[in-house]
Order: sequence, then C-alpha cells, then structure tokens
Amino acid sequence: MDHAATRRRLFLALVASLAIAQVAAAENPDGRKRGKYVIEILNHRFVPAELEVPAGKKIKLRIINRDATPEEFESYPLNREKVVAGKRRITVFIGPLKPGRYPFFGEFHPKTAQGVIVVK
Amino acid sequence: MLSIAIIVTREVLEISLILGVVLAATRSLRGRARWIAAGLAGGVIGSAIVAMAAGAISDAIGGMGQEIFNATILLMAAALIAWTVIWMKRHCMSVSKRLREVGVAVTEGRRPFYVLAVVIWLSMLREGSEIVLLSYGVLVSGVSVSSLVAGALVGIAAGSLVGVAMYLGLVRIVTRHVFSITSAMLVFLAAGMVSQAIEFLGAAGIVGPMSSPLWDSSFLLSEHSVAGSALHTLIGYSAQPTGLQLAAYVGTVVLIALTLWRQGTVARS
Repeated sequence: MDHAATRRRLFLALVASLAIAQVAAAENPDGRKRGKYVIEILNHRFVPAELEVPAGKKIKLRIINRDATPEEFESYPLNREKVVAGKRRITVFIGPLKPGRYPFFGEFHPKTAQGVIVVK
Repeated sequence: MLSIAIIVTREVLEISLILGVVLAATRSLRGRARWIAAGLAGGVIGSAIVAMAAGAISDAIGGMGQEIFNATILLMAAALIAWTVIWMKRHCMSVSKRLREVGVAVTEGRRPFYVLAVVIWLSMLREGSEIVLLSYGVLVSGVSVSSLVAGALVGIAAGSLVGVAMYLGLVRIVTRHVFSITSAMLVFLAAGMVSQAIEFLGAAGIVGPMSSPLWDSSFLLSEHSVAGSALHTLIGYSAQPTGLQLAAYVGTVVLIALTLWRQGTVARS
C-alpha cells in the first residue's frame, strides 16, 4: 500500500471538499432575507418556541444565542446537532421537509430549551 | 449536579463504546498502554482547544464549519479504523498472538500504535469538546466548581461503565471466531461513522441527491433511547436514514470486507 499516494489523495479530497462546501453554502435557500427564520436562545429557552416554515423548501435557520453560555441545538427528526457559543449565532439549513411537526431541543438545557418547527 | 451528570453520561457513553470495541479488537498489540494514555491525554487537550475555537469553527466555511469539521473527523476516524482492521488481518493478528511472534519488523510494528492513539484522540474530540463547553456554561451560570466536578465524575463513571462492559465482554469470548467478531464490529463502527459524516455533509448542504429519509423506524427503536444511541454509535443505526447514508454505509462495509477477503486469500497462497 503506497502511503504517500494515499495521503496525497486524502489531502486532495479534503481540499476539494472545502471548495465544494464554499460553493454549496452560497446557494440561495428560502429565508436568506434578513430576519425571516430566526430563533433566539434567551435564558435557556428558545424564542419563539414554535416556528412555522413552508414545506418542500430548503430553509435557512438563524439561531442567535443571547445567553452568555453555549447551547447545542439538536433535533432527531431534523437530523441536526450544532453547538452555538454564548453571544454568537449559527446557521442551520433544514429541509426540504414534508408537512408535520419537528421538535428540537437544547442539549445543554433540555428541561427548558424545547421547541418545534411546524412545517405547513 | 444531576443534570450535568446526565448530559456528561450521554457524551461519555459514545466515546466509551468506541474505545471498548477498538481496544478489545486491538488487544494483541502489547505495550499499547502508553499510546492509549497519549491518545486520551491528547483528546482532553484537543477537546479544550476545539471548545475554545467553537465560535470560529462555526463561522468558517459559510457558517458550515462545524458540520465540515465533524464530518472530517468522522471520516478520518473511519479510515483509520478500517486501516487497523485490515492491518491486523494482514499480519495474522489473532487476538492471542504476540506482535513479536508474528515476526513483524519494529518500524512496521509501531504504526498501528500511532493509529490507535489517533483513533482515540479523534473519538474524543467531538463529545469531549461538548463536555468542555457544557462545563464552561455551567460555571458561568454560577454553579459551584465542586458541583460541576461531582456531576462530571459521576457522568464519566456511568458513561464508561457501558464501554468497560463491552470491552470485558468482547475479550472474554473464547471461541476461535473472536477475531472475526471484533473485526466485524470494527467494520460496522467505521461504516456507522461514514454514515454520520454523510449526515453532517447533508446538513452543510454539500450532498444534495438522495437526501430524503427512506423510512422512519423510530416506532421500533428511537435514536433517542439508550439502546438506540448505543446502536447509533456502534453500528451507525439511524431511525431515518437517507439513501445516500445507506449507500455510503453499505459501500464502506463492502469495501473493507473485500479488502479483508483479499488479504485472506493472499496470505493463504
């Protein structure tokens, strides 16, 4: 097994992936207009706790952490888990989704941080 | 303290399951203790660094830095685990044989130790960084250090229990098939990691096609449950797998299995 060649290939794959990632992230999903799909974290709660989004579209969610402490946005039906540091914001792409209710929670404060994405 | 313990238990559970399987499968690598220690120590330091850089990582690559980072770690770990199982087969490392008996050269012999340390390190990075972030948040909220440490220790102990049980259970298997069993577990472990990586790449918007869930088996076994999350870590169980995840999973298993089979036929000739 030629290890040097394997390492080269792995490195190239990584570089290629990063390039593709930049291009993919620039795609224009629904919600790109400022403030459309925003969920804030305040006092370890999601505000709003229920957010309605259209079905069948890729959605750009902005999660803004107003708390000083980090939280992890996690959802099993949406298959997403992402940490958001204190006083920071993250972007989470979801969809296209079929109509229904998709609950999410904050893994670091599961008792209070609960919410649901309602897809209509 | 209890809420901290619960969260830490969940994170540590994932790490300990991986370690339990990997360490049981590589038991024939004698003298690996300090490499394991190095991997663990490096994992702790690495977790702290990743936790501190969490904000910067998230903002990178169009806001998808975290997903890319997680996917990369998972793919690297999967590749190294695959390498390990293939290397062990090639050198006829049944669980009982000693490295020296097989007559492997010293330089060749050290590589699996490096790989083992790196696998441990990689496995700790994701959950470890989450534990560090959680701890930081808890301290900022005014919880006492002793409360945090107590909760963390309880969580680490509880989470490790399952991994230890897995390890002890695996090394006690006294049939000639033990090598095949642990090798198979390594293969499914790697395939599960690849499937998880695809999930993160999907979250980053990089992989589009075949990205709808094929089915929902949550009614049978939820990923949320203890058994479900254990299976998720061990074999990559997903209640709502996408076509791409399934393809990647099967592809990984087939690829490694074929390579192992070829090793077997070469050795016999």
